Amino acid sequence: MKLIIATIKPFKLEEVREAVSEVGVSGMMVSEIKGFGAQSGHTETYRGAEYTVNFVPKIKLEIAVTAKMADQVVEAISKAAHTGKIGDGKIFVLDLEKAMRVRTGETNEEAL
Amino acid sequence: MRKDKMQIFSKLGLAAVLLALPQLAAAQEVDATPLNPDIGFIFTTFMFLVSGFLVFFMAAGFAMLEAGLVRGKNVAMQLTKNMALFSLASLFFYILGYNLMYPGDGWSIQGVLGAFSITELEPVGLEGVEADLTYASVGSDFFFQLMFCAATASIVSGALAERIKLWPFLVFVIVLVSVIYPIQASWKWGGGFLNDLGFQDFAGSTVVHSVGGWAALAGAIILGPRLGKYKDGKVNPMPGSNLALATLGTFILWLGWFGFNGGSQLYMDTSGNVADISRIFSNTNTAAAAGAVAALILTQLLYKKPDLTMILNGALAGLVSITAEPLTPSLIQSTMIGAVGGVIVVFAVPMLDRLKIDDVVGAIPVHLFAGIWGTLAVCFTNSAATLSIQLTSILIVGAFVTVASALVWLLLKATVGLRVSEEAEIAGLDRSELGMEAYPEFTGR
Repeated sequence: MKLIIATIKPFKLEEVREAVSEVGVSGMMVSEIKGFGAQSGHTETYRGAEYTVNFVPKIKLEIAVTAKMADQVVEAISKAAHTGKIGDGKIFVLDLEKAMRVRTGETNEEAL
Repeated sequence: MRKDKMQIFSKLGLAAVLLALPQLAAAQEVDATPLNPDIGFIFTTFMFLVSGFLVFFMAAGFAMLEAGLVRGKNVAMQLTKNMALFSLASLFFYILGYNLMYPGDGWSIQGVLGAFSITELEPVGLEGVEADLTYASVGSDFFFQLMFCAATASIVSGALAERIKLWPFLVFVIVLVSVIYPIQASWKWGGGFLNDLGFQDFAGSTVVHSVGGWAALAGAIILGPRLGKYKDGKVNPMPGSNLALATLGTFILWLGWFGFNGGSQLYMDTSGNVADISRIFSNTNTAAAAGAVAALILTQLLYKKPDLTMILNGALAGLVSITAEPLTPSLIQSTMIGAVGGVIVVFAVPMLDRLKIDDVVGAIPVHLFAGIWGTLAVCFTNSAATLSIQLTSILIVGAFVTVASALVWLLLKATVGLRVSEEAEIAGLDRSELGMEAYPEFTGR
């Protein structure tokens, strides 16, 4: 099993959800986060004084999938979240040791 | 059912018109009804009451403007201060302020220090007294003047937001509304020595706005800036929590200003006075608009993007600028006077930051700097004003208010302390001083 962690632009969330649903993903976790990467913030002006906003709002997705689905899902995310402009985000894939569905007690791939 | 009713009403209406017609015709023939001798008294009193509640609403404007421009963790405290200061002003202005400001013949020191007594209204139904029918009722005049005094205190609260303790601030407010404001107001509006000198200040660019501004300036310097506002020679902006509220507050102030300036005509007993009040409304609105447009254009040019908070301040600066003389200017002159006010704000806000004077809402540029400008600008349109007398009066009022305020601020600082602790300031005054948050669903930032 793999855990896919992806950061995307907030307005891309719906498109990404549709794209990964099409390739068979049946659940994901979504959080609103802030961070910096290549985009590294921007400057704003308030009452004559400039200041930098160092952390940019992003959406973080966590998706647990079977190992053989992982590449497909990564591709679906990267296609849907792509704008070609700086700040499109990153995707990380981690090995996942164990999973359990709380309601039934099913484990691993049955629990995904 | 509904239609039937409508028909009945329209028939009744027609009948009423038919009945009234002969009487109207008769009235035109011989107008023997003597004019009610009280009519001037009635209209002027009514005008004071309407103007008074318009100026009252400015308290809401100040509260919303300040709530919007402070950070989320200090909003409930800012609102508490606004409620408390208005209410305290309402009490202390009758206990001491009003007769100190309007001593009539009862000066303690002729032209300088008014009377020390509690305000009394006329008896119910004017029973047993002869009211001054050439003016207005004492009740309406007291009500109207009280609102001006409260506005002065509101100006101070915004400048010192986010770090001053509640109770020392309220003690200052009591001294301001019961002593400092009324004494200097008596010099001009109570018929004191500045009035004798020929000082011109129609609705209070100096008497109200610069007084609030001087008190705020003294307070801001003695209190010091918010933690982290000025670091390593850099200004660290602390954006306001809610610009929708700040904008609403500005529009409410703008509305209230029609009463502030319009009511300061002081009479509505002749067609000339009513026409003057109309001029004042139009000039007041024009100056506010010009101040806002000036700030809009100037921030676009200076910062490449317009700054809403500066536009709000610009409108208010336009209003303050026209307040010393809203009657004599033409619309074009009002535009110029207001626009200069807007320009002053855009340059004065960063200038105060360079001096490390932290004014959260821009009260000092708006009320003090634009107030001085407005008082000087009277000379352009009103031949009764001279530059030297205007300047002298600004300096006298400024010196008195600054010294008196500074004394009170320093006394409070030395005894009970003015500032909340560092920890309390970081946590926000809502949580540390009130134990109540304006926005409990959001984490304070």
